[in-house]
Amino acid sequence: MPAEIVLTRNIRPGLEPLDLKAYEQAGGYQALRKALSSMTPQAVQDAVKKSGLRGRGGAGFPTGAKWSFVPLGNDAPRPRYFILNADETEPGTFKDRYLLEGDPHQIIEGTILTSFAIQADVAFIFLRWEYRKAARALEKAITEAAAAGYLGRNILGSGYSLPLNLHVSAGRYICGEESALINSLEGRRAVPRAKPPHPTVCGHWGKPTIVNNVETVANVPHIVLRGPEWYSGLSLGADSGTKLYTASGRVKRPGLWELPMGTPMRELIEQHAGGMQEGFRFRGALPGGASTDFVPEEFLDVKMDFASLEKVRSRLGTGSLVILDDKTCPVGMVLNLERFFARESCGWCTPCRDGLAWAARLLRAIEEGEGRPGDIETLESLAKGMGPGLTFCALALGAAEPLASALRLFRADFERHITEKRCPWR
Amino acid sequence: MLTPEEKTEIEAECARYERKRSAVIEALKMVQRRRGCVSDETVRDVAGVLEMTPAEVEGVATFYSLIFRRPVGRHVILMCDSVSCWTMGYDAIREHLEAKLRIRLGETSADGRFTLLPASCLGACDLAPAMMIDEELYGNLTPPKVDEILAKYS
Repeated sequence: MPAEIVLTRNIRPGLEPLDLKAYEQAGGYQALRKALSSMTPQAVQDAVKKSGLRGRGGAGFPTGAKWSFVPLGNDAPRPRYFILNADETEPGTFKDRYLLEGDPHQIIEGTILTSFAIQADVAFIFLRWEYRKAARALEKAITEAAAAGYLGRNILGSGYSLPLNLHVSAGRYICGEESALINSLEGRRAVPRAKPPHPTVCGHWGKPTIVNNVETVANVPHIVLRGPEWYSGLSLGADSGTKLYTASGRVKRPGLWELPMGTPMRELIEQHAGGMQEGFRFRGALPGGASTDFVPEEFLDVKMDFASLEKVRSRLGTGSLVILDDKTCPVGMVLNLERFFARESCGWCTPCRDGLAWAARLLRAIEEGEGRPGDIETLESLAKGMGPGLTFCALALGAAEPLASALRLFRADFERHITEKRCPWR
Repeated sequence: MLTPEEKTEIEAECARYERKRSAVIEALKMVQRRRGCVSDETVRDVAGVLEMTPAEVEGVATFYSLIFRRPVGRHVILMCDSVSCWTMGYDAIREHLEAKLRIRLGETSADGRFTLLPASCLGACDLAPAMMIDEELYGNLTPPKVDEILAKYS
């Protein structure tokens, strides 16, 4: 039985996205009508909680639980904010671009529903500047939605009001970290904030704020309309729903596919991506963008979901496969990753600012044939020093994952660089 | 000094936010679109309109990679150097661009046509290697394709 397509069903690559009328004809804004006419915000939260939806931005936190941390009720602090995190910059990841460009109304409907569920007074879309096409699509869709009464005052006569603002950023990966994003939206340098308090209670201008990823929010209209049982039944394993998987690197057909959550990595690579290019062999993959541990060939049959990837010492992350082939030097690849993280470190905390620069310098030396005995151990200790609880935010934690796993899985390659004083791939 | 139009545009931007300072990034980008980059004077002027200190605006202006504090060429090339593009041949494309424009990353060509900047993942990994010129995204780059693309810009 072919898997059900949910989030990408309206997307026609190469063509303009559905306009408001076409989106409505395809069933669009029915979920919003249903929620506003017959559901309480709590009922929307409950449906999402029951659906088992977990955040698609990389961390996988249960979405309904996150929403439930926002204080509601008459004496709760106001205004409350919802911010859509459309700052996708995780290397290897392009799923949100696809959704934003391909079906902007779906994202807006999800944004309004999420805002309603947490009774947000104001919503923002925080979009990275580089997504120009997405910006144009969103601007048009927001104008259409506002003209049709889906945004603004007293939406569809429900008494609920929501202004939605598109905020276009100006670069820097760290803006995707939710508290850094909030600082950026306040006109500051995008450095993360100390937690607790979490943004859910003390976020934008010190008020309760939910920040959710684009793909996460895209799921909400479908859960509202078709119910949590249907949604959890879409997957192949313990984690619910469909997932936008992508593959890049030396595969025959790099691309994006919406498949049941829990689709095996082997199926993604061999079937959907068409297998490896002629002359290239699979050595390993980052399963969820740059901030995840390498998965070696022996675990190629792992299911791509949260629980299964943790069992093989990695993470689902963004579900974006980046493939390492046998013609690519693993030291060179890790050097590329750590240079990225070092450059994108905001510089706020020492383990990240100094640790990443040091790691990148050592990796460069090893790759250039200037590595020395002991460098591998130093890299290992640097990875440990950027571990959980030692840094301000998850940037360095993410950077440590491909580094530590590469040192474990491709150790012989690192050693060869040092003993032979050269990169064997050059 | 900001022109009256620039000032009006920044004030209109402020109206979209609860507090003026939220508009600082948009204000700097707007001035940059008109003047090419953000000068010391612009930092002070924008600070004045947004009721921020010049130091706060400078902090923002120097943090974000797409706000330029130095002049750039007529067109800005953002060359993605993240992992998928690197795997798929980033180095060859960068070397080709550097040789063709006779500049290194971070520099502007002598004729003022292009500034070549490194960029973090452009979210075009299925089209790797990729780059942007101004607002346009280009993927599946090869040296001949790069030549064709560059020829479109004067």
